[in-house]
Amino acid sequence: MNFLFRYANPHEFMRLSGIILPFIAIATALCFAIGLYLGFSVPPDYQQGTTVTLMFIHVPADVVAEFAYGAIAVCSLLSLVWRHPLADTAARAAAPFGALFTALAIITGALWGKPMWGTYWVWDARLTSFLLLLFLYLGYMALWNAIEDETRAARACAILALIGLADIPIIKFSVDWWNTLHQGESIMSGKIAPVYLVPLLIMMLGYVLLFATLWMVRIRTAILERRARNLMREAV
Amino acid sequence: MHFDMGAYGVYIWPAYGISALAILGAIGWTWAGWRRSKAKLAALERK
Amino acid sequence: MSVFTTLLLRDMRLAGRSGGSAVLALSFFALVATLVPLGVGANLNLLSRVAGGVLWVGAVLAALLSLDRLFQGDFEDGSLDVIALSPLTLELTALAKICAHWLSTGLPLTLLSPLLALLFNLPGTATGVLFISLLIGTPAVSAIGAIGASLTLSLKRGGLILPLIILPLLSPSVIFGAGAVSAALDGLSPGSALGLLAAFATASVLLSPFAAAACVRLNLSS
Repeated sequence: MNFLFRYANPHEFMRLSGIILPFIAIATALCFAIGLYLGFSVPPDYQQGTTVTLMFIHVPADVVAEFAYGAIAVCSLLSLVWRHPLADTAARAAAPFGALFTALAIITGALWGKPMWGTYWVWDARLTSFLLLLFLYLGYMALWNAIEDETRAARACAILALIGLADIPIIKFSVDWWNTLHQGESIMSGKIAPVYLVPLLIMMLGYVLLFATLWMVRIRTAILERRARNLMREAV
Repeated sequence: MHFDMGAYGVYIWPAYGISALAILGAIGWTWAGWRRSKAKLAALERK
Repeated sequence: MSVFTTLLLRDMRLAGRSGGSAVLALSFFALVATLVPLGVGANLNLLSRVAGGVLWVGAVLAALLSLDRLFQGDFEDGSLDVIALSPLTLELTALAKICAHWLSTGLPLTLLSPLLALLFNLPGTATGVLFISLLIGTPAVSAIGAIGASLTLSLKRGGLILPLIILPLLSPSVIFGAGAVSAALDGLSPGSALGLLAAFATASVLLSPFAAAACVRLNLSS
C-alpha cells in the first residue's frame, strides 16, 4: 500500500510515467509487429480455415475489455476505501478505452460468427455478455459526464463501478444459463493448437500494452488539465 | 506470410480494418488530447 | 408508529394519487402489452412464446418510470437532510422507500400481469409461473433501481441516465424471470429459474439499501 501511495503524488506519477512510457510504447509496437507477422504465417485451421486469423484480434480485444473494467474497479476501490488521490483520474481515463475494446470485441466477434454460424449475431453467451459490458461502460461514462461536482461524480462512479463488478459474474452466469437453454454455440470452445498459441499470446500482450500506453497518456493529460484549471482559478 | 484468405477474406479484412482504424483513432485522439493540454498549460504558465 | 412505517405509508400515499406513479406504471405496462402484438402480428403461437420476455421487459420499464423520483422529492425540499439526522439510519430509509416503491409499483404490475397474459394467449400454468416470477423478481427491480435513483440524485435530467445505468445490472432478473416462463411453456420445471431469481432478488434487496444510502450520503454532503 505504501508503495502505491509514494507515487500517488501527481508529480511523482508524471516523472515516472514519463520514463516508462517510451518503453511500453515500443514494446507495444514490437508485440504487434511480431504477433501480426506470426499470425499471418500460420497455416489455416483444420475446422475453421483461415477464419482462425480473426482469433488474433478478437480474443485480445476480449481480454482488454475485461482487463480495463478490472482496472476501473481496482481504482474505484482505491478511491473509496483508501482515498488515493489519482485513483479517480485513472478510473475515468480508462473507461473510453474499455468501451472501445469492448465494441471491437463485439464487432470482430460478429464478423467471426458470420462464417462460422451463418449470421452475424446468434446470441452466444460471450458476445451477449460483452454487449451488456458495453452498456455498463456507457452508463459509467454517462454518469461521470452528468454529475457536475467532480468529487461527487468520482464517488458516485466508484460506487457504480463496484456494483457493476459485483454484478458482472451474475450477469455472465445468467447469460450462460440462458444460452444453454437455447443451445447457442460459442466461438471459443475447445483447445487451441500450439501453433496458434504463440501469435495469440503475443497479440494479447500487445493489446494489453497498448491499453496501458493509452491509459498512461490519458492520465498524464488529465493531470495537466487539472493543473491548467487550478491556474485559471487562481488567476480569477 | 500469406494473405490469401479465400472466401473468408470478406470477413477477415473488414475486421482487421475496423480494428486498425479504431486503434489508430484511439492513439490519435489520446495523443491530440495530450498535445492540447500541454499547449494550454504552457500558455497559462507563460502569463 | 415507527418512523419506518410512517415513511413507508407516506411514500405509498404519494404514489397512489391520481397521476402518481402507480397508475402511470400500470398504464405503461398495459400499453406495452397492447403495442407488441400490434407490432409483431396476432399469431397466437408466436405471442405465447414471447409473452414471458415481453411482459417481463414491460414490467421492468414500467417500474423504472417512477424511480428517478424515489429520493428526488425529499432531496429537493430538504426532508432528506432531516431524515439523515433522524434515528432511522439512511439504510433503513432506503429500505422503506424500496418497499414503498415495490408495494405501489411492482406489486400492482404483478397483479395486472395475468390479465395481460391473456392478450398473449399464455396458457394457465405459464401464466401462474409468470405471476410468481414477477412477484419474486420485481423487488429486485425496486432495489437495484433505488441504487440508480440515489446515484442520479443530484442530476436535473437524471431520469435519462438512470435506465442506462441499471438496466444492464437488472438483466439477470429478466433472464431468469422470462426463462422460468419459457420452461413452463415447454413443460419443464421452472424451479431452477425461479430459484435463481429468488436468490438474485434476495441479494439485491438485502444489499442495495447499503449502496443506496452510501450514494445518498454522498449527495447530501456538499
